[in-house]
Formats: sequence, structure tokens, C-alpha cells
Amino acid sequence: MTALLEVDNVTLRFGGVVAVNKVSFSVEEGEVFALVGPNGAGKSTLFNLISRFYTPVEGDIRFEGRSILDRPSHEIARLGIARTFQNIELFDHATVLQNLLVGRHRHRRSRLWNELLFTPFVRQEERRHREAVEKVIDFLDLQAYRDKYIAGLPYGVRKVVEMGRALAIEPRLLLLDEPASGLSVEETQDVAFWVEDIKTQMGITVIMVEHDMHLVSAVSDRVLALADGKTVALGTPHEVQTHPKVIEAYIGAADPAERAVA
Amino acid sequence: MRTLFKTSYDADINLFRDGRHAMWYGLLLAIAIVLPFVLGDFELGEVAHVLIWAIAGMGLMILVGQTGQPSLGHASFLAVGCYANVILQNDYGVPFILSLPIAGLIAGLAGVAIALPTSRLHGIYLGIATLAVSVLTGDLIVIAEPVTKGVFGLYAPQITIFGITIDRYGNPDRFYWLILAVTVIVVLLYKNLLRSPLGRSFAAVRDSEVSARAMGVNIPRTKAVSFGLSAGITGIAGALMGHYTGIFNNETFNLIMSIQLLLMIVIGGLGSIHGAFFGAIVVALLPQAIVFVRDTVSAVAGTSSVAIPGMETAIFGIILVVFILFEPMGIYGRWVKIRTWFELFPFARRDMFRRQRSYLKTERMR
Ligand SMILES: Nc1ncnc2c1ncn2[C@@H]1O[C@H](COP(=O)(O)OP(=O)(O)O)[C@@H](O)[C@H]1O
Ligand SMILES: [Mg+2]
Repeated sequence: MTALLEVDNVTLRFGGVVAVNKVSFSVEEGEVFALVGPNGAGKSTLFNLISRFYTPVEGDIRFEGRSILDRPSHEIARLGIARTFQNIELFDHATVLQNLLVGRHRHRRSRLWNELLFTPFVRQEERRHREAVEKVIDFLDLQAYRDKYIAGLPYGVRKVVEMGRALAIEPRLLLLDEPASGLSVEETQDVAFWVEDIKTQMGITVIMVEHDMHLVSAVSDRVLALADGKTVALGTPHEVQTHPKVIEAYIGAADPAERAVA
Repeated sequence: MRTLFKTSYDADINLFRDGRHAMWYGLLLAIAIVLPFVLGDFELGEVAHVLIWAIAGMGLMILVGQTGQPSLGHASFLAVGCYANVILQNDYGVPFILSLPIAGLIAGLAGVAIALPTSRLHGIYLGIATLAVSVLTGDLIVIAEPVTKGVFGLYAPQITIFGITIDRYGNPDRFYWLILAVTVIVVLLYKNLLRSPLGRSFAAVRDSEVSARAMGVNIPRTKAVSFGLSAGITGIAGALMGHYTGIFNNETFNLIMSIQLLLMIVIGGLGSIHGAFFGAIVVALLPQAIVFVRDTVSAVAGTSSVAIPGMETAIFGIILVVFILFEPMGIYGRWVKIRTWFELFPFARRDMFRRQRSYLKTERMR
């Protein structure tokens, strides 16, 4: 059986900075895979590479055994890869419902002309999209916010909406960039339950960037630790946390807060 | 205060929220239909003028308000629609009922043609590119003199639809109903767009290009479609404008008009159909208002009426600055605030709208 996602010896530079340096890993169908490491380790850049926002200077990225490097970024969702952003990228002047409906773009079957005339087919499609979105709203408990504009929502709710929008895509692989950063203890607990359910009930494979090691240990099957764009350790949460090089990388990190969590 | 309970998805999908909402718009349409029996010919002409501007405003609103792309060149699409419509009728004998949609289609294709090379541009750069288009339009009309008659100009023919003649001066009521019918059709198309995947992908491009891409939205193509729809609707307004003014030449659709179009939707309120109508009322009636004020002032002062060159443009400029500073959501934004205040009375809070900001921004790509 081939892995769902294979990152194969991938390198990306920004000018002189090697943000990702010959990184290889593969993610199996049905697992929760965590990426950890100090700020600037290259975790978000890896997500941007998988989303095809960046093209690696070296290496290959394969999804379901096929290279995705020949695909533009807007075709990645259609393959079944969804993501969230570290610094929340929602559609601020639209409602929660409309944001989630944009997630359904991958499933659009109607075309310009029948949409302008709003034919019965378009109506039927809209019902189908709303049914799917309503399931996500129930799952994430967003009923109270469904018709609210994003611009007025608290930070924690926006984080959840962004996760919901990614779920509305009905992906096979979900990339979550720091889903719990800035959230309260209770909200982080919710995220842990949701990730569990996403894996077990929805059968979606998850790659998660996260600093909160409690959350990482609680939900992930395997962990990859990165520092300065390079792989430091790969294994179970316990193996990685006790790995001498990981401890060293965190002690070497500039941010003392991160040393504390490691 | 009213509370809405969602009984089915259709309540969200339908054109109107509920029966009451539908009734208000039905009433508005009924009043619009009987207007010729109430108003004099001059006033009716002014209302028709407002509606033509509103159609053009809806065209530009799709691009600026819905998709977040600026255009300082939309008078060019008025020109394309206007010339195409008249040339098709005069030179090719195409009846108006066909020449109008074809003119819209041609203007739409012109919009797509401009969008394709410029879709990588953002904000101010796109503004400058569309500005260049606007500046070139007059010259192109002069260069294409054999078909456009250059500086001499073209006359719009009398409209005949299935044997019924429609003339702005001969039968102003029919002319008004024609404009009203086109307005209603454009409003319906616009509403359909807003409740469809395409309309949502426009909003996605407007609010965050990166996440739109991550959702599978093809950005260049979506911008081109938006440009095309926008230019097409504006072209239809241009065609109607040609019949309204009767004669037009290379100077009719100038840069000032492009800027007026943009002012109109900013003043009216970006991102809403209502905004296009409120803005159209201001833009179409302001010249009359200025003349009225000027004549009144000179009558009171006992002097002869003097025309100050550029005064109209200056007043537009001042109004725009006032709106951007004090009412960035436009007239429609103010209207929503007043309505919400009454609906929530006495529970309205002062800071309720503080978090909403206008979105004439595009520099987000990272
Ligand atoms: N768009 C960019 N341009 C230049 N440098 C970048 C860009 N994105 C990331 N970097 C650099 O790449 C490195 C990795 O960043 P990032 O992947 O965001 O780290 P992480 O998500 O692990 O905190 C950092 O040194 C960062 O400054
Ligand atoms: Mg990051």
C-alpha cells in the first residue's frame, strides 16, 4: 500500500534562507500526523508547498502515488486536500454560512448560464451544498453564528469556522496550521475531540502543525520534529518528545515560551 | 424586532426572505410600473436616466463591490455597448431586441479581453491599467472613424420591438417601461449571481485570494468572468444611454464618466444592489440639483446666472471625500444602520457597527 501523501527530499529557499531542507516523510491513510518545531522551522512552508503555493527547488510531493508538482494551487482542493492558515484567512465580508459554502466550490457542477438564470438544477445543487454545510455546522457547533459576518466574530470562533470551511471541502487529507494557537484551555479541548472525530468518524487523514504538546500527544499517531528546515526526529509523540536532539533544538530556540512546552 | 426561523434551506435560497419582504419589493415594482401615469414627461425622463445609471452601477458593482477589483475604465464599456448597439441597428439592420443583448455580449467580451492580461495586477496597478483603457477609448473611436463617424458622432435610431415604436420623446412612457424591464432583468440576474457558487467565488477573491485558491477557485479565470459580466451589463446600460441621449461621439464616454461611475457605487454603498440605485440617484440628479441651486442663488442675488467650469466635478469630488471619511459604507450602509436601529429599538448599541469596514482593498496576495 502506498502512503496517502509522500514528501520526498523537498527543499525550498527564500533568498539565502533554506526554509525547508531535504525533508522527507510520508503520511498513511487514516493517521493524525503532527509537525512540531520552533518558530521558523519551516512547518507552514511545508503546508504551502503541499498546497502548491510554492514550488520546491528540489524533490517531489506525491498524493495517492502521483506527483502534484504539475498542478496549480487551485486544483489541490479538487484532489481532496484542504487546509487552514496559521493567521486565519477567512472571507471577512461574508457570513459563516457563505464562507463554508465557498468550501463547496470543489463540488460545483452548475455553470455560469444556469446560475445566472438560477435554474431548478442550480436550486437542487444549492440544497445539496447546504445540506453538506449544515452537517459541518452541527459537527462544530456553529449554529449560533451561521448568519453572522466574519468581521464581527471573536478569534476563537473564526478558528473554528476556518476548520469548518476546510471540512466543507470533504477532503481526504486535512492540513491544520496551529488549530489551537490562541485558544483557551476549553477550546483546545474541543479541538482535540474534533480532530479525533475527523479521523475516526469521517475517515479524514490529518496533518497538524501544533505547539501545544499536550494536544499533540493526545491526538497524533506520529510526530515529525523540524528545526531550521531540517528533520530532527520522527516517531511516536513520546519518542519525539524525549529525543535528545529535539530537546536540544528547543533549548536552542529563541522563544522561551516554546522551551516550556517542549 | 423580527425573528426568523429557518424552516428549510429554501428560505435561504429564495429571492425573498419571507412574504413580507416579497411584498415590499412587489409594491415598489408596482409603483415603478404606474409612474408614467403620475409623472410628467420631463420627470419620467429623469427617472429613466436614473435607472440607466443604476444598470451601469450594477455592472461596475459586480466587479468592484463583489469581486474587489477596481476599474477606472468602465465608461469604455458604456461606449462599446452604445456603439455596438447603434452600429448593429443602422449598418446591419439588426432589430433592437437582438442588438441590445449582442451589444452586451460584445462589451462583455471586451471586458474579458482586458481582464486576461491584467488579472495578475492588483489594486493601484489594475486601477492604472483600466485608467489607460479609459483614456484610449476616445482615440480609438476617432481612429475607427469609418464605422464610428469619429468626432461627428452617431445618431441612435428609433427603437421598434415587434412593430411597436419606442422613442424617448415620441412615447416617453414606453421608453421608460423598456428601461424598467431591462433594470428588473439585470437585478434578477444579479440576485441569482449572489446566491450561486459563482457569486460566492467572487466574494472569496475579494476577501482573500490565498484562501480562495486553497478552496479551489481559479483566480485569473474568476476575475475574467467577473470583468466580463461587469462589462456586459455596463455595455447594456451604454446601449440604453445611446437611445436616451440620441447622439454621441468620441467625447461622450470620457474619463470623467468612468470616475463618476466609480463615485456612484462608493457613494451608494459598495457590495449591494441597493447601493447602485442610491448612487445612481445622486449621480443622475446632481447636475439638475446644481443647476437648480445656481439659478435660485442668482435669482435671489439678482445677478445673471453664471456657469463655473468644472463645478460639477468639484462637487462630486467633495461628496466622495465626505463619504470616504464619514460614511465608508455609503448611503446603503447608513440606511441599514437606521433600519437596524428601529428594528432593535430600544436595544441598539452605539458600537454595533464598529467592526465593519469598507473593502476597497486588494493588496493581500502573500
Ligand atoms: N514568503 C516568504 N518569504 C521569505 N521568507 C519566508 C517566507 N515564508 C517563510 N519564510 C521563512 O522561512 C522560514 C520558515 O518559515 P515558516 O514555515 O513560516 O515557519 P514555521 O511555520 O515553522 O514557524 C522562516 O525563516 C521564514 O522567515
Ligand atoms: Mg507557521
